[in-house]
Amino acid sequence: MITESQYDDKAVDFREMVAAGDYFLHTLKKGQVIRILDLEGNQAADTLFFNAEDPGERYSAMDTIREQGNVYLTAGSVLRSNENNPMLEIIADTCGRHDTLGGACATESNTVRYALEKRCMHACRDSWMLAIAEHPEYGLDKRDISHNINFFMNVPVTEAGGLTFADGISAPGKYVEMRACMDVIVLISNCPQLNNPCNGYNPTPVAVLIWDQ
Amino acid sequence: MNEYQYSTEIPGGGHWSFRMRRGTQLRLTDLHGGGNAGMLFYNPENLLERYNAPDTLKCQHTFRLSRGNCLYSDMGRIFASIIEDDHGWHDTVCGNTRYSHIAEKWGARDYQHHRNGWFQNGHDAFLVEMEKYGLNRQDLAANVNWFSKVATDKEGNLYLDDTTARAGDRVVLRFEMDTLVILHSCPHPLSQADSYPALPIQVELGLAAPIASDDVCRNWCEENQRGFQNNALYHLGT
Ligand SMILES: [Zn+2]
Repeated sequence: MITESQYDDKAVDFREMVAAGDYFLHTLKKGQVIRILDLEGNQAADTLFFNAEDPGERYSAMDTIREQGNVYLTAGSVLRSNENNPMLEIIADTCGRHDTLGGACATESNTVRYALEKRCMHACRDSWMLAIAEHPEYGLDKRDISHNINFFMNVPVTEAGGLTFADGISAPGKYVEMRACMDVIVLISNCPQLNNPCNGYNPTPVAVLIWDQ
Repeated sequence: MNEYQYSTEIPGGGHWSFRMRRGTQLRLTDLHGGGNAGMLFYNPENLLERYNAPDTLKCQHTFRLSRGNCLYSDMGRIFASIIEDDHGWHDTVCGNTRYSHIAEKWGARDYQHHRNGWFQNGHDAFLVEMEKYGLNRQDLAANVNWFSKVATDKEGNLYLDDTTARAGDRVVLRFEMDTLVILHSCPHPLSQADSYPALPIQVELGLAAPIASDDVCRNWCEENQRGFQNNALYHLGT
């Protein structure tokens, strides 16, 4: 559902660019609003959320889609944890649909999906591994790295049970915006994938904006 | 090979775990029809390697699991192949019931008052089995729900299609590497049954036949051929 933001970009409290292939790790306070902005279009932001008080509680794709009864994410979707608690709510979305089935790219899955020799190409899970290795203060480990959201990705499910990786439906300037229902750690891998037509084989930067109220 | 050396019945709302060796197979039977078996997979030699639903789906371009599909770990390897399947469509995205779901739908029943007639939930059932191996909620991944067909409409709305369930439906998994299997027989979270569906699942364990050149799982797609190559590399020297 296309829903425009109520927030003014000029009054933003925090803004950071995330280059393709980099990670973004930040704690969002309850009530704060985060926007992920697709600057050049058809980028994928592979995102995980954790309860900042207790990182063993984290975003759960299955709790989220089961409780909303729908496989796609958009404005109005409540992102739920593995304890089935609301973590964030999507309050604005100019893209209309985001994927949470397809998961993140990994060097290991790249060998299966594309070719065995793709093993050393940079992948989202490597960005997450670097993030948790460089930031032990967040208390995250490999067990916490699970089934994520792919903001700006379109992965349609057919009625016959197929899963298709469609061309992106995002475009330069499209964004998704969420309000935190609890203090949450945000971990984004700005996808470096060079093998997937979804991003036109051209990973590009995204921006993260945060409003305090 | 169809000799199963061990057979047991998991009553509805139960849980169990076992370690499968490479080259063994597991046959599940939905004895009454409409049953559900939740399942998770871990590498017993490295519990950090576990079933990965997104990789399983996207590597095979499918939202449903059936004969020919392989169950992938997060390390690009195959835990098990679905070599036979009567049901045709199994779910791996809806997760589990929780205590609150069960209480809301079918009323709260606890062990103190109802003994073995209590209503267990899938989430707690998994946690109980997982803790026995040092695994906890951080290790909980998206699980398979055998015998539950969850489809979507054009808008992506999910529904549980129980019209295809038949008594005696079977699914057979052939293990391609040593695997710790965690199992529960609690209801599917989208179940609309009038009363708590306490439906038993039969589990049979045996040895698998060698993989033939025309193997349906290995040849299902180029991705699966590469998955088997990753397993061969993992088993190099054995
Ligand atoms: Zn990626």
